[in-house]
Amino acid sequence: MTNNPHISIQHLNVEIGNQQILKDISINIPNKKVISIIGPSGCGKTTLLKSFNRLLDDTADVKVTGKVLVDGENIYDPDVEVTHIRKKMGLLSQRPYPLPMSIYDNVAYGPRIHGTRKKTDLDEIVETQLKATGLWNEVKDRLHAPATRLSIGQQQRLCLARGLAVEPEIILGDESTSALDPVSTSIIEDLFIKLKEKYTIVLVTHILRQARRVSDYIIFVYMGKIIEFGPTEELLLNPKEELTKDYVKGFIS
Amino acid sequence: MIRRKLEENFFRILMVLATIVVAGSFFLIVGTIVYKGVPFMNWDMVTKIPGGGFYIGKEGGVLNAIIGSLYVAGGATILGLFISIPVAIYINMYMGGKNLIANTLRIAFDVLFGIPSIVYGAFGFLIMVYFGIRASLLGGIVAVTLLVIPILVRTLDEVLRTVPRELRDASLALGATRWEMSKVILRQIRPGIFTAILLSFGRAIGDVASVLFTAGFSDNIPTSLHQPAATLPLAIFFQLGSPVEEVQGRAYASALILTIVVLLITVLSSLLAKRFSKNNIR
Amino acid sequence: MLVFTVLSVSVVLIVGIGLYYKSIPVLDHSSWWTLLTSSQWKPLKGLFGFFPFIMGTLWVTAIAIIIALPLCLLTSFYITEYAPNRVRKILVPFVNLLSGIPPVIFGVWGVLFIIPLIQNHIAPHFVEFSTGYSVLAGGIVLAVMIFPLIVSIVCEVLNTIPRELKDASLALGATKWETIRKVSLRKAKPGIIAATVLAISRAFGETIAVLMVCGNNSVVPHSVFDPGYPLPALIANNYGEMLSIPMYESALMFAALLLFIIILVFNIISRVILARLERKLAI
Repeated sequence: MTNNPHISIQHLNVEIGNQQILKDISINIPNKKVISIIGPSGCGKTTLLKSFNRLLDDTADVKVTGKVLVDGENIYDPDVEVTHIRKKMGLLSQRPYPLPMSIYDNVAYGPRIHGTRKKTDLDEIVETQLKATGLWNEVKDRLHAPATRLSIGQQQRLCLARGLAVEPEIILGDESTSALDPVSTSIIEDLFIKLKEKYTIVLVTHILRQARRVSDYIIFVYMGKIIEFGPTEELLLNPKEELTKDYVKGFIS
Repeated sequence: MIRRKLEENFFRILMVLATIVVAGSFFLIVGTIVYKGVPFMNWDMVTKIPGGGFYIGKEGGVLNAIIGSLYVAGGATILGLFISIPVAIYINMYMGGKNLIANTLRIAFDVLFGIPSIVYGAFGFLIMVYFGIRASLLGGIVAVTLLVIPILVRTLDEVLRTVPRELRDASLALGATRWEMSKVILRQIRPGIFTAILLSFGRAIGDVASVLFTAGFSDNIPTSLHQPAATLPLAIFFQLGSPVEEVQGRAYASALILTIVVLLITVLSSLLAKRFSKNNIR
Repeated sequence: MLVFTVLSVSVVLIVGIGLYYKSIPVLDHSSWWTLLTSSQWKPLKGLFGFFPFIMGTLWVTAIAIIIALPLCLLTSFYITEYAPNRVRKILVPFVNLLSGIPPVIFGVWGVLFIIPLIQNHIAPHFVEFSTGYSVLAGGIVLAVMIFPLIVSIVCEVLNTIPRELKDASLALGATKWETIRKVSLRKAKPGIIAATVLAISRAFGETIAVLMVCGNNSVVPHSVFDPGYPLPALIANNYGEMLSIPMYESALMFAALLLFIIILVFNIISRVILARLERKLAI
């Protein structure tokens, strides 16, 4: 869809144990857009997402073949430094997982690891990212309180701020609003829309309404294969494949 | 970045080394015992009681201690079972197993479990003095029973907790009394009971401090509860203290015997534990 | 059945009361303060200063924990985070088998292996002469005895840390070790403390293994190569004479009471921590 894709996946196959989870996936993720991956449960959406930042590495019995090129670099190249790759991507999981430390330290965690030591620099980063996720006013008086005291919606925004603090290029979201109430959900959805000015955003979701509201493109995955890929409105209202039609029917009102 | 990688690799190596030390110490210990004990092992050791002058190098074996230990550990385990099974059943069946009282009881038994055997030995001694019992098989059994009860209760309790609620309710619904239901459950957890028996037997047979004051020592196999009984750990201890090298060597051989017995029991009990969880209703 | 249960639990109380009752004679004779801080141990004169024995116990336990804790933590991290499945399945049983070995065997091993090791290879670097019978020997033997206890509890605690939490740290670009250090350790802290406290209480009470390698010299140790005389060893060694000398029995019962109280307290603390952890995670 674009001639300079941010992520380019070529013939990706992922096997876990004896099961082939992802089958010959090839697709290009365009730059600075929001892309939603949809599909029924167990079809491999999360595995696909996790293959982008090599979080699959730790799973037992996993075999990955194929290439995943980020900015032209194959992240599965044996010479590549994994932590460097992961720094480029921010991950937001299904439930917020604040690290067992203060709000401040959560956001500062990434930068500290990657070498930023000066307090003034860290202060600036924390403030910037908390403001970017709309948390600043809510927490500026208790930056050193434990992060676990925040509400779930706030925690998820904190995790987003934490992810942004390492200056990624890509944001990955794995059903990141499914544990939240409607108000927090729409705050996060708005954030995604705003953030695409600076970042490429790939979201896994099973909420079609959300996919429609937020994304520019949609990928439909079924049983480990990509069935269809196209601009949001087109795929949802005028799907080309049978399987896609079956999945999105009933959604179009 | 390089620093971080170096740090990661450094600690990784450190971790592997630590693991080798910890896991390997088992081999080190057993290996040393085997290495030193085998040269002194012979049939006599296992089949004869000490002849005169055994401790200065003359004839005999440690049969007295082997049998003595078996008596003490066996007696204590049986007596312990009589007390522990009702207790465990009471906690789980009659008190619902999950409420505050039950949990307090559990903590109490956990605490008892952690008390060192020497305290049980000292206390057992007190009891013996109070009742006028001399250092004998009976005294040893009493002290070791005290030691063994928390182990049994704890193991039985864990086993009973795995019995699903539905099973209890089902037999109650059929009109059984609580006691009849308990019998059914007992049969179901039979392997678990064996595990508990083995665990406590293994502990009882190897313990020194509890029998030190209470069982006495003798070169003969006890024929009544009131006679003093030799125990393997004590035998090892005494033989080790002898200035005669030959006798010290016998200590190593006795240690080897004890190690083999206990390891067999431990392996058996963990095999049983695995079998238990495979066959159980889940 | 109720009777049995109540009886068994009250054993704790009965043991405590019994020991106290028997200690009264010696308590009447000298104050708690004297008993705990004096170094004079002359039973024939009725002088019972427990200080050297308390120090002996502390030295041996401290050495054991200093050796065991780092080793066991590192091992637990390896087992839970790095070891491939096949390796893990082999490693864990052997660590557990250690807990089945009777203490007297540890004592024999200590005499056969550790004492010569210290006497011939370690001590010469530091002191002029040492028989090898020392608090260091006691500490080493004790450390190996508590390995399985610490490893099993810490591994259990580490396994309760959710995968996604560690993933979150990894996703930010942290290395595995950084994640362990900054996230897992913090999360596991209460469990590690509980395990340590439990291990300490086990080490306090261990009698026979330590007795065999410690030297049993009733002086306050000043270096790791000095012999020591921990409380349990005191009780065990002198039970024979305690009936002939007045108040000796009472003094030894007092020693047992001391042990009992300390261990009771430690046990309760650690069980409470562990129980609270369990409850927090079950919600």
